Amino acid sequence: MTSIAVTASNAIGNAAAADIHAPIRISVRNLNFFYGDFRSLKDISLDFCDRQVTALIGPSGCGKSTLLRTFNRIYSLYPEQRAQGEILLDGQNILSPSVDVNELRARVGMVFQKPTPFPMSIYDNISFGIRLYEKLSKADLDNRIEEALRKAALWDEVKDKLRQSGMGLSGGQQQRLCIARTIAQRPEVILLDEPTSALDPISTGKIEELIEQLRSEFTIVIVTHNMQQAARISQFTAFMYLGELVEFGPTNKMFMTPNKKQTQDYITGRFG
Amino acid sequence: MSEISHDDRQASAPAWGRVRRSRRLADRTLKIVCTVFTALGASVLGWILLMLLYEGGTALSLDVFTHVTPGPGTEGGGIANAIVGSLILTMLGIVVATPIGVLAGTYLAEYGKGSKLAEVIRFVNDVLLAAPSILIGLFVYTFMVPPLGGYSGWAGGVALAIIAIPVIVRTTEDMLRLVPGSLREAGAALGAPMSTVIVHVSWRAARAGMVTGILLATARIAGETAPLLFTALNNNFWFKPNLMGGVSNLPVMIYQFALAPYENWRSLAWAGALIITLSILALSVVARLLLKKDHAR
Repeated sequence: MTSIAVTASNAIGNAAAADIHAPIRISVRNLNFFYGDFRSLKDISLDFCDRQVTALIGPSGCGKSTLLRTFNRIYSLYPEQRAQGEILLDGQNILSPSVDVNELRARVGMVFQKPTPFPMSIYDNISFGIRLYEKLSKADLDNRIEEALRKAALWDEVKDKLRQSGMGLSGGQQQRLCIARTIAQRPEVILLDEPTSALDPISTGKIEELIEQLRSEFTIVIVTHNMQQAARISQFTAFMYLGELVEFGPTNKMFMTPNKKQTQDYITGRFG
Repeated sequence: MSEISHDDRQASAPAWGRVRRSRRLADRTLKIVCTVFTALGASVLGWILLMLLYEGGTALSLDVFTHVTPGPGTEGGGIANAIVGSLILTMLGIVVATPIGVLAGTYLAEYGKGSKLAEVIRFVNDVLLAAPSILIGLFVYTFMVPPLGGYSGWAGGVALAIIAIPVIVRTTEDMLRLVPGSLREAGAALGAPMSTVIVHVSWRAARAGMVTGILLATARIAGETAPLLFTALNNNFWFKPNLMGGVSNLPVMIYQFALAPYENWRSLAWAGALIITLSILALSVVARLLLKKDHAR
């Protein structure tokens, strides 16, 4: 990975260039994934760098969402799904049965494709996650909620209606509420599963700006169908096809001079 | 594939006209038949309601709500004891049925995915949902009435609860199934254990529907007669706070008084019927409003 030359200027998107010296946060080693008998991830190995945005791209069914869903073991809600191999988060194998899955999920937050506000007030939506693991005084809780909403660029829009239902917000606001809810827990990693595919272009733009800002604090992995989006916001890109990792590298390199023809074809829209 | 030539189409033109006419006729006939039968059904219902409103309305007076049921051959009287008794029996039934129904429905929707046990429970519940209520009355009679030394309000409450449970199980499960899986995943993704997700996310999202189910179950048991005939029976005096012995209630009172040879008894039966019907109507309207308000949100 370090052998790849990284150009300082970014001709494709607006994202900052990849920091190839960033420490590794998540290390995936020989990961296989099964839906029942169907093997949907095949010997995936790759590293995710600290405080960088890594985009997972590839055609539908390539396994990018499946890979994302192993990082917080959300797949384990479904008994027929299982993962084999190693995923090291700060050196600890999170697939090991000894890891408490709920504590893991507090460290690895996730935002979904469709906004999923809980049917409760905006305030309660955010305090829900905090209260699970921390006992805070009312004032501290208020501060944390304001901080999370500010970081999610939602504070100005909702500060006067914190007690109103989160379901009453627009789609883009709901998605930022879900991001606020996730960062309020102060996770180390944030997983984003096509977070803008249900949103209009303006809301999408806001979320992308937000991701760029959150990068200074969190390690971010994003699944996206939109290649321009991957180019705009990510430092690293992994291209997957039929359950295999085809190519992985700094986003610049992946989009300008990919090593594999398959990557080139997908990125230029020749298939997928 | 042979193509239809211009001439063929010309030749078949009159046939198309006939087809069009016969289809239009079929359309119209079906519409008329459906409308007529709908009107027939609705008019029977309207007739019952009008009659009830008229007869019950003329029978209503303040006495109905303040006096107990009269003895044979006496003048006047009311049905205050039956109203209070019905309220207590219905409440007892719903208080027993709600936790059982809600928790069983939650098991089916949240934990029982793909499990054989859940499938069996769902099937048994559906059978119970359709079971004739007189059977449930007999069943409760055999294991509660002789052992407790006679008819009792407790037995009546239990019989009503057994009728309400399958209704609540079913609506709870249906309403929880309407909660999108993504919401559960979102709860789990924050590190919430399954119990927290169920109580704070699923139940909360399905709350209006679940309350509606409980209200509809209440409406259902408020008018049940058969299970009470064998259990709470009736009595003509004020309700005693210990619930042992017969407890007077509206449905059985109506059953007994409507067949009586006394004018004032029959009129009280009408009043009781009107009160039950209006209460059930009110419950159903409230349930509907609750659901509507929830959907609007």
